[in-house]
Amino acid sequence: MTDIAIQARGLTKRFGTLVAVNAVDLTVPRAHVYGFLGPNGSGKSTTIRMLCGLLTPSAGTIEVLGLSIPRQAEQLKRRIGYMTQKFSLFDDLSVRQNLEFLATVQGLSRHDTRTRVDELLLRYHLDDRQPQLAGTLSGGQKQRLALAGAVVHRPELLFLDEPTSAVDPESRRDFWEKLFELADEGTTILVSSHYMDEAERCHRLAILDNGNLVADGTPRDLTAKLQGRTFLVRTDSPRRAKQVLDTQPGVLSVAQIGNELRVLMTDTHPNADLLRGKLAGVGADVDVQPVEPNLEDVFVVATRRHASQQEQPA
Amino acid sequence: MNLRRLWAIMVKELRQLRRDRVTLAMIMGMPILQLLLFGYAINLNLRHLPAAVADQAQTSGSRAAIQDLFASGVIELDAQVQTPQQLLDLLRQGRISVGIVVPPDFERRRLDGREALQVLVDGSDNVVQSAAGQLAQYPLNQPDNFHARAITPISVVSFYNPERRSPVNIVPGLVGVILTMTMVLFTAVAIVRETERGNLELLITTPVSRTELMIGKVLPYAGIGLLQTTVILALGVWLFRVPVRGSLGDIYMAASLLILANLSLGLLISTRAKSQFQAMQMTFFVFLPSILLSGFMFPYAGMPVVAQWISELLPLTHFLRLVRGIMLRGADFGDLWHDAVALLAFIAVMLTLAIRLFHKRLD
Repeated sequence: MTDIAIQARGLTKRFGTLVAVNAVDLTVPRAHVYGFLGPNGSGKSTTIRMLCGLLTPSAGTIEVLGLSIPRQAEQLKRRIGYMTQKFSLFDDLSVRQNLEFLATVQGLSRHDTRTRVDELLLRYHLDDRQPQLAGTLSGGQKQRLALAGAVVHRPELLFLDEPTSAVDPESRRDFWEKLFELADEGTTILVSSHYMDEAERCHRLAILDNGNLVADGTPRDLTAKLQGRTFLVRTDSPRRAKQVLDTQPGVLSVAQIGNELRVLMTDTHPNADLLRGKLAGVGADVDVQPVEPNLEDVFVVATRRHASQQEQPA
Repeated sequence: MNLRRLWAIMVKELRQLRRDRVTLAMIMGMPILQLLLFGYAINLNLRHLPAAVADQAQTSGSRAAIQDLFASGVIELDAQVQTPQQLLDLLRQGRISVGIVVPPDFERRRLDGREALQVLVDGSDNVVQSAAGQLAQYPLNQPDNFHARAITPISVVSFYNPERRSPVNIVPGLVGVILTMTMVLFTAVAIVRETERGNLELLITTPVSRTELMIGKVLPYAGIGLLQTTVILALGVWLFRVPVRGSLGDIYMAASLLILANLSLGLLISTRAKSQFQAMQMTFFVFLPSILLSGFMFPYAGMPVVAQWISELLPLTHFLRLVRGIMLRGADFGDLWHDAVALLAFIAVMLTLAIRLFHKRLD
């Protein structure tokens, strides 16, 4: 048994002329929570579907749990769990009936089905909802039920496609607790998201933009690369300051957060004094301090860099 | 194929069906409603057509002749008018279907042996036209007609349905029509609905095989089809005294063949349809020719050759021959084996195509 759960090389998917996923290389270690970060339409779902054998790649090779996909997709299906972006359990079956159905279909014996379903209902706080129809559950409850359904057969590898997109913050925190529990038990988890705070919690993450893999690494490594390039600007007139900074060479992005501006600079001119000079004309009271970079900055750098590369003539 | 998985899918399907009150009501309501409609309302042996008379002769002979026509029961007196022109007006307005003209020289014409009466018929309805046509064969009341009756050269003996009651023909056919309508639609919609709701994306990432999935979804509906068959047969026998001359086992065998044929067709539709609405449209695309060309409404022998070819492709055609043969003529599968073989071939082709076209993939 190797330490690698997923290995993909040159993974590409074309729908007609549209390139949804473009030559993506991925390596996901076992027992990790691996995040897939990217805006809507960046190819996250398509990549996940190719990895579990639901879509045939246009090019590239995939090896998941030592199986060659899509050729050995049927064998893989016994060993993975997949939670779709849209709630895909049966609205018109009760909570218990849904789990019993999935357990039976996954090949659990009659006895195992009963004990496993009882266990999952307790673990995911659904035991008081057993007879309720799945369609009438709240967003957070549906999410927990879907996760319970995806792990009913104790899969080695779990694919979660934007699992928390329709869930309130507290349920999201709760949900992530459950994911780490699973990872501690040895389950590899590949989870897509467009929430930065969720990405921050992953062991490793990949950033996808327009079908391209634009960054890949641990959150700490990714942010460390931007050390010294992020600054916080405090001023009385943040809007005017933003207008000035937006046009400056060397400034990659300016985001207003309340009365403060978060400024991200290119690696050639990261300099607080430079910023102070530029802002001298804006007002008397301007304060510039270096700050720790975060994943949002990583995301901005990764997607900008790729866009500028594309603009260059070939 | 894993029986426990198959069983799980069937149980799931039945549980979902139990929660779907409207579909449940349709399953039982549709056969009963259609049986009552077809059994009571549809009658091709017309009686009591509204008629009017323009008697311009006004002799005792003319009155007696008219009396005779009305005694047939085919027509019913609605109005007495003066001129043939008034009859035409009534026909055009649709107030009568038949007009009878007695010319002023009725007695003379009768003695001369010329045509003495004229019957005007609303030909815009085929069935009315042929029913009224029977009036022309009706013997006029005069002594010579005893001869006329005696020398009619051809006599018709009707087997199997001597009273010519419509329900006797319609009830066996109705089993087929209702099974065609409900079975194709239910299966087609049952699978497309899962695609629409996203359930299928979940199902195809489990170890469920496509054969298990298809058979598991279809078998509960086969049970429902047999239930519907029973309801129609029981009501048909009880309400309309439809005879069951062959064996009941053969009837259920024929029904099972038709059910499987329709279910496999429904599966095939479900692999092509993108939405429930499309599935419904495709079902009707098959349903309409089934009603019109299977011999349920119009006799097979009267169709042009091309229509007969299409008719041979429809499962309902073969089922109608089987079920009418078994129920009304007391035939068995030995007599009708080629229709049974045709149905089996249809099932084999449709099922193979459906399983081929269904992929456990999204592309």
